[in-house]
Amino acid sequence: MPELFRDYLPVVIFMAVAGAIALALMASAIIIAVRKPDPEKLSAYECGFKAFDDARMKFDVRFYLVSILFIIFDLEVAFLFPWAVSLGEIGIYGFWSMMIFLVVLTIGFIYEWRKGALEWD
Amino acid sequence: MNEIIFTVGLIVIQSVALLVALLIVTAFLLYADRKVWAAVQMRRGPNVVGPWGLLQSFADLLKFVFKEVIIPDGANKGVFIIAPLVTALLSLAAWAVIPLDEGWAIADLNVGILYLLAISSLGVYGVIMGGWASNSKYPFLSALRAAAQMVSYEVSIGFVIITVLLCVGSLNLTAIVKSQETGLATLIGLPWLAFLNWYWLPLLPMFIIFFVSALAETNRPPFDLGEAESELVAGFMVEYSSTPYLLFMLGEYIAIILMCAMTTILFLGGWLPPIDIWPLNLVPGVIWFLAKLCFVFFMFAMVKAIVPRYRYDQLMRLGWKVFLPISLFWVALTAGVLVTFGWLP
Repeated sequence: MPELFRDYLPVVIFMAVAGAIALALMASAIIIAVRKPDPEKLSAYECGFKAFDDARMKFDVRFYLVSILFIIFDLEVAFLFPWAVSLGEIGIYGFWSMMIFLVVLTIGFIYEWRKGALEWD
Repeated sequence: MNEIIFTVGLIVIQSVALLVALLIVTAFLLYADRKVWAAVQMRRGPNVVGPWGLLQSFADLLKFVFKEVIIPDGANKGVFIIAPLVTALLSLAAWAVIPLDEGWAIADLNVGILYLLAISSLGVYGVIMGGWASNSKYPFLSALRAAAQMVSYEVSIGFVIITVLLCVGSLNLTAIVKSQETGLATLIGLPWLAFLNWYWLPLLPMFIIFFVSALAETNRPPFDLGEAESELVAGFMVEYSSTPYLLFMLGEYIAIILMCAMTTILFLGGWLPPIDIWPLNLVPGVIWFLAKLCFVFFMFAMVKAIVPRYRYDQLMRLGWKVFLPISLFWVALTAGVLVTFGWLP
């Protein structure tokens, strides 16, 4: 535990200092600058018109699809990290195990490509 | 007890020093970015404040501080205020593990590169929080776009990092730089040509993919679709003013400089001298590190000035249909070559 503490304490302190700098920058304008709000100034920006409707609207389902694909591949990246570091120890057996996994994943990738999940028009 | 206070105090001093230095470097790189952009377009760029306009960024800072903070009526006020803080904090926090020279990291974590990947992945939260909380159409559309773009290119960045890890065999950033002390140049018997040792040459396709993905990941032109001025005004920052806007800008630029630093560490040998002969190898490593960082930043600035903006469907095609298959293939190829020839670390 103390070793973990010694390793990560600097990160925590560094983050605290960084947060303090960011907060100070933000607070400085709130304290110094004059604030004179009026309804026009505080309305949502829409090219000078009154906003037509609420901005919490429907959006394209493809953004959702991208995030799902991202989860699959990012998990795979996370899975590859320990493999990449320890490939020297696990040798040829570890190498082929991962290659089989990658082939299975590539089949899925080809499937989604053919299905048009990666198209954007 | 005294020992603990001493250690903590030392870390605080180091952190403050690094952050202040980082902010000053950012101010001058911002100025350099504008100057390069201006020079390419045959303009003069900022040239009024200070000699050659060198103090322009500091004048901008003062101006931001004296501007009115506007929080729109329709916004979700808490999230609206937190979003720029999150962006700035995360991009600053990543610098805790960057080794500027041998042993010059605030925290030399043994999982350094994983920490960098994690922190830079979290950067998407600042964008999406800011865009959603503004409750306005431009920021909302921009946040969706920017988020999809950032996550798409993060996948290929992950694969690129894995190819480097295969060659290094460690997640520690210092170890990554040190493993570039030997390589191609020592193999061909010319050890003084140290720049041939670095990973940019054997992993050249990955170097290019990393550079382009870094542009997309940080919403830099030609991939600045999150804030395409012609369509979305200023993207997710439309509703922001004063220092909250400044924090977004600062976070974005520091993320860009972080990507330059990562390129330097992964592919350009970190603090190692490019040619290992007498006067050059006496220069302190931190100077080399900064020189390489500035060189990569110059390339970022040139890309911004020269390349026209991508369309969104082109951007997604490049990410998913070109970079992802190539980088996945290259991971398998690198692993195959290393296992076959027994070159694994």
